[in-house]
Amino acid sequence: MDLHPITDGVTKSREFLRSAFHSMLYARIMENKLSSLYKAGKIVGGVYLGRGQEAVSATLGTALVQGKDIFAPLIRDQAGRTAFGEPPIDCIRTYLGSIEGPMRGRDGNIHRGRPADGMPAMISHLGAQVSLVAGMLFARRLLGTLGDSVGATCIGDGAASTGAFHEGLNLAAVEKLPMVLIIANNQFAYSTPNNRQFACADLVERARGYGINGFSLDGTDLMACTSVINEAIRLAREGQGPQLVVARLLRLSGHGEHDDGFYVPTDVRNGHYGRDCIELAMRQLVENGIASLDEIRAWQDQISDDVQRAVAQAQQEAAPDPYHDDWTALSTRFPLPNNQPAALPVLS
Amino acid sequence: MSVTYIDAIREAQETLLRDDPRVFLYGQDIATFGGAFKATKGLSEMFPNRVFDCPISEDAMIGMAVGAAIEGMRPIIEMQFADFSSIAFNQIVNQAATHYYRTGMPIPITVRLPSGGTPGSGPFHSQSMEGIYSQYPGLIVLTPASVSDAYHMLIDAVKLDDPVIFCEHKFLYRWLKAKSINGDHLPIGQARIIRSGKHATVVAYSAMVHEAVRAAERLQQDGWEIEVVDLRSVKPLDIDTVLASVARTGRLLAVGEAFPWGGVTAEVISRVTEEGFHLLDAPPQRLNARDTPVPYHPKLWAAHRPTPESICQALRKLLAF
Repeated sequence: MDLHPITDGVTKSREFLRSAFHSMLYARIMENKLSSLYKAGKIVGGVYLGRGQEAVSATLGTALVQGKDIFAPLIRDQAGRTAFGEPPIDCIRTYLGSIEGPMRGRDGNIHRGRPADGMPAMISHLGAQVSLVAGMLFARRLLGTLGDSVGATCIGDGAASTGAFHEGLNLAAVEKLPMVLIIANNQFAYSTPNNRQFACADLVERARGYGINGFSLDGTDLMACTSVINEAIRLAREGQGPQLVVARLLRLSGHGEHDDGFYVPTDVRNGHYGRDCIELAMRQLVENGIASLDEIRAWQDQISDDVQRAVAQAQQEAAPDPYHDDWTALSTRFPLPNNQPAALPVLS
Repeated sequence: MSVTYIDAIREAQETLLRDDPRVFLYGQDIATFGGAFKATKGLSEMFPNRVFDCPISEDAMIGMAVGAAIEGMRPIIEMQFADFSSIAFNQIVNQAATHYYRTGMPIPITVRLPSGGTPGSGPFHSQSMEGIYSQYPGLIVLTPASVSDAYHMLIDAVKLDDPVIFCEHKFLYRWLKAKSINGDHLPIGQARIIRSGKHATVVAYSAMVHEAVRAAERLQQDGWEIEVVDLRSVKPLDIDTVLASVARTGRLLAVGEAFPWGGVTAEVISRVTEEGFHLLDAPPQRLNARDTPVPYHPKLWAAHRPTPESICQALRKLLAF
C-alpha cells in the first residue's frame, strides 16, 4: 500500500487527520493523568496505557461511525475509544470506580464499554472479542440491518497466538463478515518478544491462510494509518469480507504502570518504532498546514482542563455500596410465577 | 403414537423458530445433516437462513452467540457433545456469564449440551458438565429428565433473558418416550416430586431420576416408601422442595452422574445440612460417578455411573442407620 491521504483523497484527509490527531492528544493527556493518579495511589488495580499506539487506534476510531459501526476496543485503545465517541468521563469513572460509570464499580480500568452503543466491554481473555464482533455483525445480517456497517477490533501480537483469535477470525472469514481486525504488533506481549510469540516473518502472512485481505503498515505514522485503515474499512463496507491490518509499532510504556519495561532493549527503544507517533503526527500536521502549533497548544490546554474537570467530578462521585448492591449476576428474578394452575405431578 | 426426548427437543426448536424471529440455530452439522443426534432434523429446510452449520470452533460459536445476543437475537447453540464445551468454557463463563453483572445488559443465549454417558461413548463423549457451569455466577443450568420437560424447559430457556446451559441427556434421547409432550409445565427453578414416599428422599436430576425411580420401585417390594425429587433445574436450585421432602422423610440421598468431587450432589447435601440439619435422622448420603474418566467398555461404564443397584445399596445403608 502506498496510498497517501493528503495526495490521493482516499479520505477527507484534512478534517480526518485533525480529528484523529485530537483524539491521540486526548488519549495521551488523559492517560498521563491516569498514570499520575496511579502513582499517587488514587487508582486501585492496574493502569494500562496506549502510549505508542495512539495513531493506529485513533485512526480506527475516527474512521468508524458511532451509531452505525461496531468498535470492540482492547487494552491500548483509549485514542480509538475517544475518537469513536466514548465520553472521556467513562474512562475516568471506571478507573476511579465511580458508581456513575458504565461499569458501576463492578469492573475497572479498560474493561468497560457500552454494548448498546456498538462498543462492547472487553474481557481480559485475549482474542475473545473477535468472535463476539463477528456475532454482532452476523445478527445484523440476519435482522437485515447490516447495511454497509462494519465491525472492528484491535488485538496485540500476543493475542494473535490464542485459539480464540484463530477461531474467531476463521469464523468471520467463513461467514464473510465485514470485519476489520487490527493487530497492533507492539513487539512485546507483556515482556515476551515477538521471537517467542510467533515464527512467521510478519503476522500479515496469516491473512492468506484465512482467505482474507492483509495489510501491513507502520503504526507510528498517522498518515500511513489513515490511508491503510480507511482502505481496509472501505473494502469491508463493500462486502469484501474480513480485513486484517498488522500495524508495527512499539509500546512506549510498560505492560501496565506497575511495569517499567526494562526488558525492552535499548536499541529497540532508540530504533525506528521507538519514535513517538504523536510527535511525528504533530510535525506532519504542521508541515502540511493541516494544523498550526498554536492550535495544537490550544487543544492541549482545552483537553487538560477537560481531564482535570472529569477527574474532579469522578472523585466526588459515590463509590458502589456493598450494602445496597443487589448482588445478583442474573437479570431473571427467581422464583418464576407458575405457568398455569398447579397440576398433578407427571413423569412422562 | 409416542414422542421421544429427542423429538421433544427438535419440536421445541421448531416451535421457537416459528414463533420468535430472534431465534436462530448455530452448531456443527446441524443444517443439512440435522445434527449428530438429529435434534435439528429438517429445520434448515423449514427455516432457511435460520439454521447454520459452523466451523469446529466452540470458543467462537459462543463468542458469536454473545455478540448476536447483544444485537437482540436469541441464538441456540448446539454443542455436538457437552464434553466439547470445554473449548468454549472461557466464552461461557467469562464472556456470557459476566456480561449482565458488568454492563447491565443480559445475554439471552441457550447452549444445548448433549450430556451424560451412553454405552461405548468413552471418556470424551460422555461427560456431565452441569456442576462446573453451576459453579459460575451468571448462568442458569437446566437438566430436564422427562419428555415434557425437555420440550417446555427448552422453550422457557430461550425466553429467559440470561444465558442458559441446557443439559440434555443423550441416554434419554431415544430411550425415553411419552404419549405426548404435554405435562404440568412447572416454571424453571422449581423441582418436582415425581414419587412420594415417607422413609427417605432421593434427590436426582436428568437420567439419574429414572435410575432412582427404579431403585425406589425395588425397595417398595420390601415395604420402603422412597420419595424421589427431580431437581429439573440445578441452578437455581429449588432447595425448598428438597427441604420439604426431607422434613417428611428425615433421610436424604443425592444422586448424580457427574464426577464425585464437589458438584450438584455436594451442593444439595451441603444446603440441606446447613438449613435443615434438624430435619435429618441420618447422615445425608451422596452417590455419584466414580472418580475416573468415563470408561469406554459397557461393563465398565455401567459400573462407573450410579445404577438402580448402587442406589438401592446406598438407600439400604441410609435406611439402616
